Amino acid sequence: MSINLKNISKHFGSFTALDNINLDIPEGELVALLGPSGCGKTTLLRIIAGLEQADQGQVFLKGEEVTDKSVKNRKIGFVFQHYALFRHMTVFENIAFGLRVKSHSERPSEAIIRRKVHDLLKLVQLDWLSDRFPDQLSGGQRQRIALARALAVEPSVLLLDEPFGALDASVRKDLRLWLRHLHHELNVTSIFVTHDQEEAMEVASQIVVLNQGRIEQKGSPSDIYDNPSNDFVSRFIGQTNVFHLEKDDCAWLQSAGIIIDEPKGIIAHVRPHNIQIEKPAASANSPVYLKDWQHLGGTIRLELDRGASNGSNTIIYAEMPNEKFRELALERGDRVALRIKHAHWFN
Amino acid sequence: MPQSHIMPGFRPTLGFTLFYLALIVLIPLSALILKSLELSFDQYWAILTNQRVQASFRVSFVSALVAAGIAGILGFIIAWTLVRYPFPGKRFFDALIDLPFALPTAVAGIVLAAIYEPKGWIGQIVMDVIGVQIAYKPLGIVFALIFIGLPFVVRTIEPVLQEFDTAMEEAAASLGANRWQTFLKIIFPNILPAALTGFALAFARGVGEYGSVIFIAGNMPYVSEIVPLLIITKLEQYDYAGATAIGLTMLVISFFLLLLVNVLQGWLRRRGGQL
Repeated sequence: MSINLKNISKHFGSFTALDNINLDIPEGELVALLGPSGCGKTTLLRIIAGLEQADQGQVFLKGEEVTDKSVKNRKIGFVFQHYALFRHMTVFENIAFGLRVKSHSERPSEAIIRRKVHDLLKLVQLDWLSDRFPDQLSGGQRQRIALARALAVEPSVLLLDEPFGALDASVRKDLRLWLRHLHHELNVTSIFVTHDQEEAMEVASQIVVLNQGRIEQKGSPSDIYDNPSNDFVSRFIGQTNVFHLEKDDCAWLQSAGIIIDEPKGIIAHVRPHNIQIEKPAASANSPVYLKDWQHLGGTIRLELDRGASNGSNTIIYAEMPNEKFRELALERGDRVALRIKHAHWFN
Repeated sequence: MPQSHIMPGFRPTLGFTLFYLALIVLIPLSALILKSLELSFDQYWAILTNQRVQASFRVSFVSALVAAGIAGILGFIIAWTLVRYPFPGKRFFDALIDLPFALPTAVAGIVLAAIYEPKGWIGQIVMDVIGVQIAYKPLGIVFALIFIGLPFVVRTIEPVLQEFDTAMEEAAASLGANRWQTFLKIIFPNILPAALTGFALAFARGVGEYGSVIFIAGNMPYVSEIVPLLIITKLEQYDYAGATAIGLTMLVISFFLLLLVNVLQGWLRRRGGQL
């Protein structure tokens, strides 16, 4: 089911949480609402769900306007950040809740409820927990039960508020992939909120970057990483080195012998892996030296000091594969020559 | 081998607890039992089966149960209002709740009697409209006990409501539940243990209440005479053994009723997986 938002705005007192949001999400996508805390992403999700009312604008689900419909009539599944499981009910009853509260004519028989709940428990791979209470589960298990509960009512849209926020790192990694596979399997249009760009890149098929109540960019993960539309998106997605040409950077970049394409703006953002490091022929000429380096797994991150005392940003980060680093055989304090292979230009 | 505890001070705190229990609770209570042992079983039985004594037991326990039940419902509504809705003068009303704790109960009794008596402000209206007399009837006892018991209920439910995770309500709504279903299936089961505690406290206080009741009850033997009053009457006649026999019986009944509430609570908690 498609989701369309038209001119959504929301204010809390004098604070503008959402400023004229227009967004179309096609059927079957898994979309990440990504942004720093306080950017309005959770508010937007709650407005789509009907848990919050927008001051102005309209919400359409599958072409039908639902702006004035309450959450119970929107046919959405919502997974809360802290799960909000019913703690006085067993796992089984939690999942069955959405089926049991249906009106008499629509309510399935006990046998169907039973089968359906167990199917969902199998889907989230927790069938053996059906008699437990939420307090007896681990965080990752609660998360999956909350998801199963939301899926029980066969929602046309699945909304997840920071679904992995309260979990520890290793569980989070597993659940991310699991969610992505589950989405492939069910193909229900889903939106999740996150402040973690890595999580958004890994899970989502589309990313919507929000900042201060506005949409900064919308696109596929590689789109957003390779072609950030502005300064904010570039900084927010992945690590980047920032050079201001109007400051001293221009002269420095030239004096350092760094070859860059024609300047297309006044601010250059350079991803660490777009900096190529070489051992200089005449080592004394290069002002850049290796200050420190860190092992990131498959790659090595180099911390380079460009030795400029007046520039604001004197540390440059570069990344290279482990083998390349071994070949260069660099030591701390060694002078290096660097070449920027690619830069994003902004004004 | 001496066991080492993570929390220090086990011995002094246990000692203090036992000392306190003995001094304030156990020794006075055993004195009560000892005193009543002066009576033979037949004498004891004769006192208890006395018509007037039995009537007063009925009056005391029935009115305390009814009052605690009504206070439970009213207290829930008041706690709900105080926690959930902002309204002008909220802090003032909140402070007002505790007043029955602080007010000398005799003062409360006199004021209630004055207002609810057949010629009082409210008593007159009730008399004219539905023809029911409140003061100097068993109904008056219930009114006084509601007044006394209400703060117990409000103050036990309030913190639980405050901590109640409203995301659970939102989750219920997102799953298609209406407000009534959400209340019945989500909010009420989570508040029930606290409501039972409030009910038990209000009931226990109501059974023993003396000061406020005697002014409004009318104290008619067989009709509106409460057990504590009967005990005082016996004491005034220097019938100490008789007074302690009644007191002890009252204590035992109260103890078992409170135990019942506790068992019920434990059962609810276990059922709710909140051990």
